[in-house]
Amino acid sequence: MVYDFIIAGAGVIGGMLARELSRYNISVCILEKENDVSMGASKANSGIVHGGFDPHPGTLKAKMNVEGVDLLYQAAEDLHVPYKKNGSLVVAFSETEAEHLQMLYDRGIENKVEGMSIVSGDEARKIEPNLSEKVVSALVVPSAGIICPYELTIAAVGNAMDNGAELKRNFEISEIIKEDDIFVINSSAKEQVKGRFFINCAGAFSDKIAELAGDGFFKIIPRAGEYLLLDKSEGIRVSHTIFQVPNENGKGILVSPTVDNNLLTGPTAAKVDTPDDKNITQKGIDTVIEYAKKSVPSVDFRQVITSFTGVRSSETTGDFIIKASEKVQGLIHVAAIDSPGLSSCVSIAKYVTGIIKENCNIELELKKDWNGSRENPHAFRNMSDEEKSEYIKLHPEYGKIVCRCEKVSEGEIRDAIRRNPIALDIDGVKRRTRSGMGRCQGGFCMPNVMKILAEENGAELQAVTKKGNGSEQLTGRL
Amino acid sequence: MIKNITCIICPKGCSLTAEINEGIVCVNGNTCERGKQYATDECLNPTRTVTSMVRVSNKCNCMVSVKTVKPIPKGKIFETMELIRGAEVCAPVSIGDVILEDVFGTQVIATKNIDR
Amino acid sequence: MIKHDLVIVGGGPAGMAAAVAAYDSGVKDVVIIDRDASLGGILQQCIHNGFGLHKLGEELTGPEYASVYEKKVRERNITIYNDMMVTCLTADKIVTAQGSSGILKIQAKAVILAMGCRERSRGALNICGTRPAGIYSAGTAQKLMNCEGYSVGKKVVILGSGDIGLIMARRMTLEGAKVEAVCEIMPYSGGLTRNIVQCLEDYNIPLYLSHTVAEIHGQKRLEGVTIAQVDENRRIIENTKRFIACDTLLLSVGLIPENELTKEAGIPIDNITNGAIVDENRQTLVPGIFACGNVLQVHDLVDYVSDEAELAGNGAAQYILNGGCKGDSVCTEAGNGVRYVLPQRVNTGTGKDVSLFLRVTKPYGKVRFTVKSSENVLAKAVRIKAAPGEMEKITIKADLLNNITEPITVELEEV
Repeated sequence: MVYDFIIAGAGVIGGMLARELSRYNISVCILEKENDVSMGASKANSGIVHGGFDPHPGTLKAKMNVEGVDLLYQAAEDLHVPYKKNGSLVVAFSETEAEHLQMLYDRGIENKVEGMSIVSGDEARKIEPNLSEKVVSALVVPSAGIICPYELTIAAVGNAMDNGAELKRNFEISEIIKEDDIFVINSSAKEQVKGRFFINCAGAFSDKIAELAGDGFFKIIPRAGEYLLLDKSEGIRVSHTIFQVPNENGKGILVSPTVDNNLLTGPTAAKVDTPDDKNITQKGIDTVIEYAKKSVPSVDFRQVITSFTGVRSSETTGDFIIKASEKVQGLIHVAAIDSPGLSSCVSIAKYVTGIIKENCNIELELKKDWNGSRENPHAFRNMSDEEKSEYIKLHPEYGKIVCRCEKVSEGEIRDAIRRNPIALDIDGVKRRTRSGMGRCQGGFCMPNVMKILAEENGAELQAVTKKGNGSEQLTGRL
Repeated sequence: MIKNITCIICPKGCSLTAEINEGIVCVNGNTCERGKQYATDECLNPTRTVTSMVRVSNKCNCMVSVKTVKPIPKGKIFETMELIRGAEVCAPVSIGDVILEDVFGTQVIATKNIDR
Repeated sequence: MIKHDLVIVGGGPAGMAAAVAAYDSGVKDVVIIDRDASLGGILQQCIHNGFGLHKLGEELTGPEYASVYEKKVRERNITIYNDMMVTCLTADKIVTAQGSSGILKIQAKAVILAMGCRERSRGALNICGTRPAGIYSAGTAQKLMNCEGYSVGKKVVILGSGDIGLIMARRMTLEGAKVEAVCEIMPYSGGLTRNIVQCLEDYNIPLYLSHTVAEIHGQKRLEGVTIAQVDENRRIIENTKRFIACDTLLLSVGLIPENELTKEAGIPIDNITNGAIVDENRQTLVPGIFACGNVLQVHDLVDYVSDEAELAGNGAAQYILNGGCKGDSVCTEAGNGVRYVLPQRVNTGTGKDVSLFLRVTKPYGKVRFTVKSSENVLAKAVRIKAAPGEMEKITIKADLLNNITEPITVELEEV
C-alpha cells in the first residue's frame, strides 16, 4: 500500500505528530530504527516543561515553547502521562549572574511568559530551603513543570496507533527514492514502505535522512548530556526545578525532582562524533556532581541509582528547522529539535499540520470517531488499598508484585506488553511500568519480567532481549 | 616440600603449613584436629564436593539441584560435571533421592524437592 | 483488618528460624508473609554446599538448609502467606500486604522484620561507558542459572570479590564459561577465605586486588571491559588500564539491607550496618518491632542468621507474653579497629549472657579484642586473624552486665 504520510522517527516529535495526524482520515506510518519508540533524545533528557523565557524572541523556539506549554499539559492529561507543574528557579551566584536573570526576565516578558518574578537569595531559600547559601537571587517561573518524556512519547505513539496509525520498528532507513511523486523507503533489512508525503522527525539522525531524501542542507551537531538519577530518598531535596544561569553550553546542570519522585541531576554538554555515542564518562560524572552541589550542596551522591546519556540534536543556527523542503516536493523537515523540544512537541505537531495544509495536496478530513485519550496505564498504581483489593479480586495478576522497589504488579507488566505500542523487550517494559527502574535496577525483577515477556510473546526465554536484536540476556540452556 | 594451605574446613580459614616428607605430612598452624586432617588430605588426596543441576525430564524447563554425597577427587571435578550433565530425573523428586549411583566412589543426590 | 500476635515479614532463613523460636517460646499465633511462591528466600538459588556446619553439624546446600527449617515451620501450626508482599508497615504495627488474593491488613502485637538484603547495582557504582545487555548482579545471574536453568554468558569478568561473585565464578566455570578475572577495588577480598580457595584458586581464576572496572564497552551486548588498578584513594591509575574481551560482567560489590519498610515505619537505622538499631533481643527502637538476618546486618554465614533470628523470635515472644525488657540499657560503641558492633544497645541486669557481633575495619593478623564499659573489662578475646569479611562474636557474661551504666566499647589491639 501507499501511505499518505510516512513519519521517520518515533520520538516525542514523530509520536506527537502521528497523534495529531491520526485525527484525520489519512493513513500514517511511523518508521523507527530501534526495537521501541522513544529511543533517542526523547528517553534521555531532563523531562522539563520550560516556561519559555530562554529562547530569543522571534525565534521558532520561542513561539513553539510559549504556545506549547499549555497544549502539552492538556495532552498529558488526555494521555494520562505523569506531569507536575512544580515551577522552576534559575539561581544566580554573583551580581553578574543576577543581571543575567534580569535579562532572562525581560526576554520572558517579551515571549509572553506569565507569572515570573525575581527574588532575593533569602527569599529563594524560603521557597527551597536546601538551596546553597551562595545563591544571591533567583528567577521564579511558576508555569514550568516536569513530565516523564518517554511515557509521553509512548502514550503519543500508542494513542496514534489506537486511532489507526502504524508503527514499523527495526526499520532503519537506508534509501529514499522518489518515484512518480511517491516516496519509496527501503530499510537496511530490505523492507520497503511507500508514502505520498514524508516527514523527517529523525532527531539526531535527521540530517542523514534529509540527505537520503535529497535535501541535505543542514548538519546536526550531536551534543551529549550526561545525567545522574538518584534514589527517591533524595527526591525530597527540592520541589522546584533548579537551573543555573545558562551559558554557551545550554541551560547548564539542573537539580530537579522527577514525576516519579526521584532526583535528577545533569546534563553536561559535550560534542560527540556520532549520535550513537552515549558513553558515560568520568569527566561527565564529576561535572554533574560539582555543579549540582553548587546549587544544592546537600545532595547525597551516594544515592545514585543510575546514570545515562542523551544526545541532543543541535544545529548551528540554534533554532528549530520546521519547514517544507524547498527542493523535494512532499518532504517536510522537523529537525534540530533540541531544548525546548519536549515543551514544544504538541505545538510543533500543530504547526506541522499547518505546513501540511499549505504545502501538501491532500484533504485533511477529521475522523468522526477519533479518541484523543488513552487509558491510564497507571490506574492501578493510583488506587487506594480498598480499590486495589477490589480490583485484584477481579484481576488476580494485579496482586502479584514483580518489581519490589517500584511495587509493579504482574498485571501492569502484562498490560504494557499488550497495549499500543507493545513492549517487546526488558527496557521497553521498564519504561512503561517502572519495573526495574528502582534502587535495585532490576536485580530482583529482571528474571520474572523476562519470563512474562517470553510467555506473552510465545517465545523462548533465551529470545528475550534487553533492547532488541543482539541484546539477548541469556546465552543458552544449561 | 613445604606447602601453604588455607584451611577451608570452617570459616576461620586458618593459614596452615604442611611439610611433606616421603608421604608423611607434618602440619603447623592448625587450631583443630580437623584442620590437620584437611591439610594432610589436601597434600595427599585433595577432594571437593560438586554441586550442580540435573534436568527434570517430565517437567518443561525444570531442573533440580544436586550434589555429590561425599567429596570426590579434585582432579575428577569436570568429569563429574559431565556425568551430571548427562543425567535426567523424573519428577517428583525429593531431597536425598539418588540421581547417579556411583560417581568416583559416591552418589549424586537431589538437594531440592520438585513436585510432579 | 485482621489480628495476629506475631507477623514475620520474610520467609527466608531469618524469618523461618524466628517463627520457630517464637512459637516454641509460647506464641502460637504466628504468621509468615513471603514474596515468593516457596519459603527459603535466597537459599533456594544457593545450590552450593557449606551451609549449616555450625548450626546443624553437617554441610548442606542452600535448598537443603532451607528445607530443614521449612520442615520445622510446617510441623508447627504457623500460618504462611506465600506470593504476598508487605507494602507498608506502621510504627503501631499495622502490616499491609498485597497478593493475588487482594490486600491484607493485619494488626500485629509484634512484628519481626526479616526481609533480607539486595545487591548493589551497576548504577550505584558510576561505572563509565555504555549500557549493553550482559551486565548482571551476581545474584541475578545465580537465579537465572540455578532456578531457571540458563547460562548467562561465556566469557566473564567479575567485579567485586563478595561471596556470591566467588561462588558464581566457580559455578560458571563448571558450566563451561571462562572467567577471565575477578577485580576487587580493595586491597583485600571481602569474601570468605574458603571461597577464595575453593572457587578461584582451584580453577586458576585470577583475583586482581586494588583493581576495578573502569569502562564498559559494547552497544547491544557487552563486548568487553577496561580494567585498571586503583590507588589508595580508589582512584583509577590511568596507565594501568587494559581491555578484557568478555560478554558478561557480574557485579558482586556489596549487599544492602532492604530497609525501605523499616524506614517508612520511622524505625531508626544505623548508618554503618544500614540496618535498624537493636538491643540484644533484636528489638528496634520501636517497641514490639524486631529485626534479624540480613535486613539487620549482612551476615557471611546463614548459621549466624538462624542464631540471630532465634534471638528475635524469643524476644518477640517475650514482648507479646510479658511486655519484654523494661530495665535500663546502655549503648555499644565500636572502638579502635572495629567497624561496627551489634546490638547497638544492651539491656543491663537481665541475668543473661549477651553476645556482641562485630566486624573489623581491615584485615589483621593476631588481635586481642577488649570489651569495656568505662574501666570495667567485660570480656577479652584473642583471634589468630581477623578480616572484615568474617564476623566476630564475643560474649559478655551475665553477672558482668549487672551494674553497667556507661557505654560498652569494643576495641582491638594487634598482638
